[in-house]
Amino acid sequence: MTSTDKSDAAADTLQGGPRRGRVRSGRRGVPLPLLVPALIGLAFLLLPLVALLVRAPWSTLPEQLTSTEVWQALRLSLVCATAATAVSLVIGVPLAWLLARTDFPGRGFVRALVTLPLVLPPVVGGVALLFALGRNGVVGQWLDSWFGITLPFTTAGVVVAESFVAMPFLVISVEGTLRAADPRYEEAAATLGASRFTAFRRVTLPLIAPGIAAGAVLAWARALGEFGATITFAGNFPGRTQTMPLAVYLALQNNPEAAIALSLVLLAVSIAVLAGLRDRWMTAS
Amino acid sequence: MTRSARRTRRTLQVAGAGAAALLALSACSSSDSDSGSTKSDSSASASSSPKLSGNVTVFAAASLQESFTTLQKEFEKQHPGTTVTFSFGGSDSLAAGITGGAPADVFASASPKTMKIVTDKKDNATEPVTFVRNQLEIATLPGNPDKVSSLKDLTKSGLKVVLCDKTVPCGAAAQKALDASKLKLTPASYEEDVKSALNKVVLKEADAAVVYRTDVKAAGNKVEGVDFPESADAINDYPIALLKNSKNPEVAKAFIALVQSAEGQKVLSEAGFLKP
Repeated sequence: MTSTDKSDAAADTLQGGPRRGRVRSGRRGVPLPLLVPALIGLAFLLLPLVALLVRAPWSTLPEQLTSTEVWQALRLSLVCATAATAVSLVIGVPLAWLLARTDFPGRGFVRALVTLPLVLPPVVGGVALLFALGRNGVVGQWLDSWFGITLPFTTAGVVVAESFVAMPFLVISVEGTLRAADPRYEEAAATLGASRFTAFRRVTLPLIAPGIAAGAVLAWARALGEFGATITFAGNFPGRTQTMPLAVYLALQNNPEAAIALSLVLLAVSIAVLAGLRDRWMTAS
Repeated sequence: MTRSARRTRRTLQVAGAGAAALLALSACSSSDSDSGSTKSDSSASASSSPKLSGNVTVFAAASLQESFTTLQKEFEKQHPGTTVTFSFGGSDSLAAGITGGAPADVFASASPKTMKIVTDKKDNATEPVTFVRNQLEIATLPGNPDKVSSLKDLTKSGLKVVLCDKTVPCGAAAQKALDASKLKLTPASYEEDVKSALNKVVLKEADAAVVYRTDVKAAGNKVEGVDFPESADAINDYPIALLKNSKNPEVAKAFIALVQSAEGQKVLSEAGFLKP
């Protein structure tokens, strides 16, 4: 039901048909106490981005952006964010299914735990990861002595840190879609003899694919911007663990122009993600 | 009736407390001016000039954390009514913060180079003065299990070494020492300030770090320090200056005076700093 409502609304906005009249009549009645703070809010959100564009060293930008450090950091960022998204998909979607489709005691509590990294300061997440998976960590010491795997200071460590921070976005998004999806399709599949896993694979997954895609893009964007957990858990070494946000932060200290150039690249990537997400949402509904 | 009685009692209490504080204050300042020649300088300004009050914000290099926190307590005891707040961090990011307009009264950096970022923008109100110097040391795990005894040992393969980022004074100094001895070291990470480099060894994530002697001392038995002769080539001067945007220059000056006084220098040299 809800999904058809949404698609109607989206179609209306797309065509700009019956809605436009309503919006116009609404605008006349916008009360000043709402309009003024709203405009201040909009300016507040846009101003920093405008400042970034105003202060950008446009003349030296090409050479700033073609330096090897920038490409190294950008490539590492893209690779790690994509890997973190893949990890989140593989373990996050089943987790979302578990939270949405099964009933077990303490589910609300588990759900709260899953979303904890959403609100946890990322640096705290990084410290927690060190104590868990560091060379001397609760689990990490066994990884080290049994398999010789140490995660801190490695690219894999960056992926772990980013997954930790980004996965909740995917889980929440997919869980929401699952809850909105009609369970009767799965029930119908079950009556036709499909096992629960088959029903998940053949019926549920295609049904919630748009939600998974949206969640994956959100998680990817979050992973791309991840700073605190990464620098705390994986350290900072160019080409190995220095992602774009780390490069921006450290460049700001001695070379602000490079920092602005790097920020512009991240801004461009973010806008591209938003545009992509918008397309996804359109086609989804 | 009862209320007014209670009020008088409260006023009396307040007055009593105030008088006691005044007594303590005068006792404190008189005993101060009696002892020591340099010390009377800083406290004389406190007793002669109008009473200092208010808050000052000191931006200080991460390596100064322990000694400056000790001096803060001392300062607030000497000048009741004042508070000192700190922002500790990598000198380069602090300098960037100051030139970016961060509200700070005093900047104590770990290298003349990072101080120059501030003086170049003319954000200082007084000329920077070197108040201590600091020497590098290798921090290893307790007991030195990897038997690190020289800077060269750090280049052994399989050893996880962390350095400060080259933009931070401790990283620049480490690079200078490495270059002087023609050593090539590929660290596991370039950390954003000296404390996070040290912490990687404290947490046993790294086997060794090149940090300041003062940091090794501050970490106690969590790390073991190894001296290396090349560190003599890379001794950092720590300059301190009053900043232009200071909202409370009198208190800020008094704090700088305390840092430079015999008393302040004693605290700093106990922490392992060298005399300027």
